[in-house]
Amino acid sequence: MTIYIPTPLRPYAAGKDAVDVNAGTVSGALDELTQTFPDLRKHLFTAEGKLRAFVNVYLNDEDIRYLPEKDATAVSAGDTLSIVPSIAGGCQVSDRMNSFLWLTRFPTLSPERRRKGRARSW
Amino acid sequence: MSVLRIAKPVYDAIRAHGEETYPHECCGALLGRGAADGWRIEAAVKAGNTRTDSPKNRYQIAPGELVKIEREARSRGLSIAGFYHSHPDHPAQWSATDFAEAHWLGCSYVITAVAEGSAAVTNSFLLAGTTEEDKRYEQETIEVFATSEAASESLTAPTESKKA
Ligand SMILES: [Zn+2]
Repeated sequence: MTIYIPTPLRPYAAGKDAVDVNAGTVSGALDELTQTFPDLRKHLFTAEGKLRAFVNVYLNDEDIRYLPEKDATAVSAGDTLSIVPSIAGGCQVSDRMNSFLWLTRFPTLSPERRRKGRARSW
Repeated sequence: MSVLRIAKPVYDAIRAHGEETYPHECCGALLGRGAADGWRIEAAVKAGNTRTDSPKNRYQIAPGELVKIEREARSRGLSIAGFYHSHPDHPAQWSATDFAEAHWLGCSYVITAVAEGSAAVTNSFLLAGTTEEDKRYEQETIEVFATSEAASESLTAPTESKKA
């Protein structure tokens, strides 16, 4: 089967974007991958050997965390495994000072419109 | 300082995306090729912001959608080079949450401030470092390059957006 390596982990997999492995299960495939490229291990797993929380592994189009047998799920030669670190972000309450500084740059907004934060003028 | 080179139509499109979704945050992926001093972005893919609890100040790309985006990138001989999102009425600077939840080391995170519905400053931050422990954001220079119409195809979502 083929394991697709995400951009940030390619430096630890000899620059490859895909690695072929021969394994019977998802965990077997990940084991073979990290045996071939030991530097990948700490990026994928915690010290306790669990998949890092922000690392998603997809068997074809399924998140392995939601497969009944999870990483013990059987795989065959035509399957693909995708490793995708999560993508998220946002501006939280802790960023309110930034937000305040930003709004002071737009003094034309009425305080009411600033407070509601939905002052769309066109 | 590294340089993010980005095709003009792509640059325009990601800024327009922030105006479209205002007052909510938009997000998407940047596809490109690596060079010694930074990424060269040739296409962008809009993602559905899957945060439905507070899309105004949160963004998230579902991992299943990322898998499809990566497939799209591969079919075009490109790599996922980074991500973009907007800051509605908020500066084009990364937030503590943006940093904590950034895991694509070596990739560029582009933020566009959208002021009153109009795209303002666009900044790019390289997620530098080699591990979660030593990662850091480094601001990059953005260089917009002209491109032929044929090469400018962008923002073609490979999959249906889940929730705008
Ligand atoms: Zn942000």
